[in-house]
Amino acid sequence: MKRRILKLFIIFLKIGAFTFGGGYAMIPLIEKEVVEKNNWIEKEEFLDSLAACQSVPGALAVNNAVYIGYKLEGLLGALAAALGVILPSFFIILIIAAIFTTIKSYSIVNAIFIGIRACVVALIATAGLRLLKDMKKKNMFMVSMIVISFISIAVFNINPFIIVVVSSVAGIVKNRLIKNKRKRANHDIF
Amino acid sequence: MIYFKLFLAFFKIGIFSFGGGYAMLPLIEKQVIYQNNWIDYEGFIDIIATSQMTPGPIAINSATFIGYKIGGVLGSIVSTMGVVLAPTIMILILSKYLLQFNKSKTVQSIFEGLRPALIGLILASAYSVGKTSIFDYTTFLIVTLMLIIINKTKIHPIATIFVSACLGVFFYI
Repeated sequence: MKRRILKLFIIFLKIGAFTFGGGYAMIPLIEKEVVEKNNWIEKEEFLDSLAACQSVPGALAVNNAVYIGYKLEGLLGALAAALGVILPSFFIILIIAAIFTTIKSYSIVNAIFIGIRACVVALIATAGLRLLKDMKKKNMFMVSMIVISFISIAVFNINPFIIVVVSSVAGIVKNRLIKNKRKRANHDIF
Repeated sequence: MIYFKLFLAFFKIGIFSFGGGYAMLPLIEKQVIYQNNWIDYEGFIDIIATSQMTPGPIAINSATFIGYKIGGVLGSIVSTMGVVLAPTIMILILSKYLLQFNKSKTVQSIFEGLRPALIGLILASAYSVGKTSIFDYTTFLIVTLMLIIINKTKIHPIATIFVSACLGVFFYI
């Protein structure tokens, strides 16, 4: 049992060290290790766990590590997997943060970052556009939610916490309204 | 007390960071730039860029980076712990009740509202990062070029960052 905890730690250490670009990029990596190589969980359950991890806040990689670790070895397993996935980025960023102020004074570093900052705009925009493309059914409700949340942040600078809360409530209210409408329609028939 | 403040700020970011990655940028921005004045906007974009070039989730990376800048190594530890604590507890609860939870109508309704709002949040952060990063025709051209490359080819994001860095050196040194 102890050996499996260590194995969990090492596997997620590896995943943490190679997850560039965050989130979705590491799904195939985890699947390979957890489902195919070690047969720890079934593929079906792995997909379910991904949906669950997306339905709570937090980084997908960390959430999935906690879920799988807990499933296999309880709290200790969850802790080992989470530490594994966090530690590589923690130490790399720590080193970069420590030398960042020194290297920033070089003009070449400045020029590099002008280029990179421009690329970051393209990367973020792409992340948004891809999600937009992946949305299966686009209806008026969805389009207006996108526009409203964009405008509230970009133009009115509203706190994003508020948008998270309001949009959740909007989803519930919308579905209640549809249900009531259907009920009324049924009444008309009978 | 700065450590407590760091912990609290990133704990809040952790709680509300639905959708992971880019969706949490506006939240981080609000907490660390406007509410606490820990870093300026350019520093914030540098952190996003650094997170792109290094492995790991953006939430962890920015927590570590900002935590270190404000409170040294201990600061980076409390910030990182803060940002993962709430989601970890939620996952632990969820993994016990996974199937019932996913089928709940209310939860599904919440996600119907949340998902499109997240897209708006991400696009808004592209817009606000763009306001600082695009300051002349050349930077505008780099953004356009990268948008085309990322979307029309299968080139890895790290490669586009590298190319943009080279373009930066070519045009601005």
